[in-house]
Amino acid sequence: MGGLSFSRLLAVMVKELIQMRRDRLTFAMMVGVPILQLILFGFAINADPKRLPTAVLTADVSPFARSLVAALGNSGYFDIGRAVSGEAELDRLLATGQVQFAITIPAGFSRDLQRGERPVLLVEADATDPAATSNALSALSVIARQALDPDLVGPLAALRSTPDPIELRVHRRYNPEGITQYNVVPGLMGVVLTMTMVMMTALAVTRERERGTMENLLAMPVRPFEVMLGKIVPFIGVGYVQVLLIVGAARLLFGVPIVGSLLLLSAVLVVFIAANLAVGFTFSTLAKNQLQAMQMSFFFFLPSMLLSGFMFPFRGMPGWAQAVGEILPLTHFLRIVRGILLKGNGFADIVGELAPLLAFLLVVTVVALKRYRQTLD
Amino acid sequence: MTAAALATPPPVIDVRGLVKRFGDKLVVNDVSIRVAAGTIYGFLGPNGSGKTTTIRLLCGLLTPDSGEGTCLGLDIRTQSAAIKRQVGYMTQKFSFWEDLSIAENLDFVARMYGLSDRRRRVDGALERLGLANRRRQLAGELSGGWKQRLALAACILHEPKLLLLDEPTAGVDPKARREFWDEIHRLAADGLTVLVSTHYMDEAERCHEIAYIAYGTLMTHGPVERVIAESGLRTRVVAGADLGPVATALTGQPGVEMVAVFGSRLHVSGMNGAALDAALKPWAGRTDLRVTAADPTLEDVFIHLMNRSTDNFQ
Repeated sequence: MGGLSFSRLLAVMVKELIQMRRDRLTFAMMVGVPILQLILFGFAINADPKRLPTAVLTADVSPFARSLVAALGNSGYFDIGRAVSGEAELDRLLATGQVQFAITIPAGFSRDLQRGERPVLLVEADATDPAATSNALSALSVIARQALDPDLVGPLAALRSTPDPIELRVHRRYNPEGITQYNVVPGLMGVVLTMTMVMMTALAVTRERERGTMENLLAMPVRPFEVMLGKIVPFIGVGYVQVLLIVGAARLLFGVPIVGSLLLLSAVLVVFIAANLAVGFTFSTLAKNQLQAMQMSFFFFLPSMLLSGFMFPFRGMPGWAQAVGEILPLTHFLRIVRGILLKGNGFADIVGELAPLLAFLLVVTVVALKRYRQTLD
Repeated sequence: MTAAALATPPPVIDVRGLVKRFGDKLVVNDVSIRVAAGTIYGFLGPNGSGKTTTIRLLCGLLTPDSGEGTCLGLDIRTQSAAIKRQVGYMTQKFSFWEDLSIAENLDFVARMYGLSDRRRRVDGALERLGLANRRRQLAGELSGGWKQRLALAACILHEPKLLLLDEPTAGVDPKARREFWDEIHRLAADGLTVLVSTHYMDEAERCHEIAYIAYGTLMTHGPVERVIAESGLRTRVVAGADLGPVATALTGQPGVEMVAVFGSRLHVSGMNGAALDAALKPWAGRTDLRVTAADPTLEDVFIHLMNRSTDNFQ
């Protein structure tokens, strides 16, 4: 019996391979996860986001202003959208996250420029995610210095020399010091909830099936909806405890500002948690055992983490990846939680992100209920 | 029993032509069952014969592909929710929550059925099945016999009119089995109707009526004596020592269908008594062996039925 027997070793290896082949989901995972990661990391992620939506408020109609705006667009970093009529609209676009940058060209810009009085070019950046804006902002100073050179001819040529013809004033809104934690810690709330809520419900329901207690439950006069709701609601409570922990840590440990209403946040949390629980419940109706439920949760978690804008700037991703990201509840929740905590968003500001979250919840709940049938057949 | 017979109450279970397929597998094939109120009805058959599926069809967990009938006077196709409320179903595998205590499990079941005075009912069930001083024990820590008692207690908590027991005594020791059956008879005496599936012949013999199902088809049904008589099976018992060679020699002889050794007795069965006697002739005259005619046992009948049934699972 002593020593290494190759025939025994071979027997164990052959058995493992047979089992591996039978367990289709594990097999799919071994092939699928590397492919998924290759696609996500290789194609979808880009730490140098370009074409960031930018709104321009021009109070000075002049060739100089036009050149400046054109130069911004040509740099590739700024995607100049429609012109904006007033400061209030500019603020709103920034607050709702529709634009990353708001640029104001003040009245008398060309007059001051021509007089050599260095007019101010105001650039406001949504700095909730410092990584999304930093490259664009460093490109900005070069643009501001050189954009007007072609226009500064003849008597104005002297203005080209230092100091710069215009004064560039950058406001990093919502996160003036560009602290990464301001962005990551509130986002973590969504990530933690996604991971635990999906996994816990998927496991809780699959466990009933695996242990045979589901059959017993079905034989009792209880409606599927009652079982689903009864299983989900306790986890909403668990989710709130997690949120409390993270918000507490954000405030006390990391000094993250809490500008908006926590009450609004807790209202949104119900929807977000419910959406994740519904995903977990759907998985549990598909999974044959707890291992499969775990694997499915992981398949959902990976894209949620990478495509939602939690780890990498959302706007840096190609269109298809953004489209996938827009489906995921975490994407919208991240925008909402950053909006409320850092920007002080009110209900009107977040309703645009809440709607897709609700739609997701609705669709997944219908799927879950359809899958979970009262009878065993 | 006579008073009940005079009044002829409607049967508790009355189903006709039940068919259930899983994919292209025919699991239940044209099964009709009629169970009178207050009867203990034994449901027998080999593994995978469709017993569990039939029970699930009866209590509304599965919908039949075709066939119709009533359970407790309610349509099994359309009124499964109402049936569930009046039926106690004990699953084959222990299916209560192992991480809940006995009392917590019962309390949960009581809430599921929306029972009034929950505490009294739970206490009553604990008392009745001798679980009172174990009430705080986790169900997962119980031995097979106690788990089975808990399951029974939970099934009768809502005072069902019909009890469906799917192999309730599998893996339970003989004493616990005996006690369990005593309890079943007490419940039946109180007017409960019981349909119980089992593999044990001694249990089958404790039923008022039995049905035998093989490969989805109902082969025979009725009281035990009638099932034996109607089988038409003839049995001879050969008593003596060293029966092994005798059994080997008899196997496959014309007229001999089954040969089985039970210690110092050999059961030889076939459909034709004369053919049996002819096959046994070489041994009938031996002094160390004694050949007698006997009634076949229920087991003989079932194995005979099993051999005859076509196996559509192959």
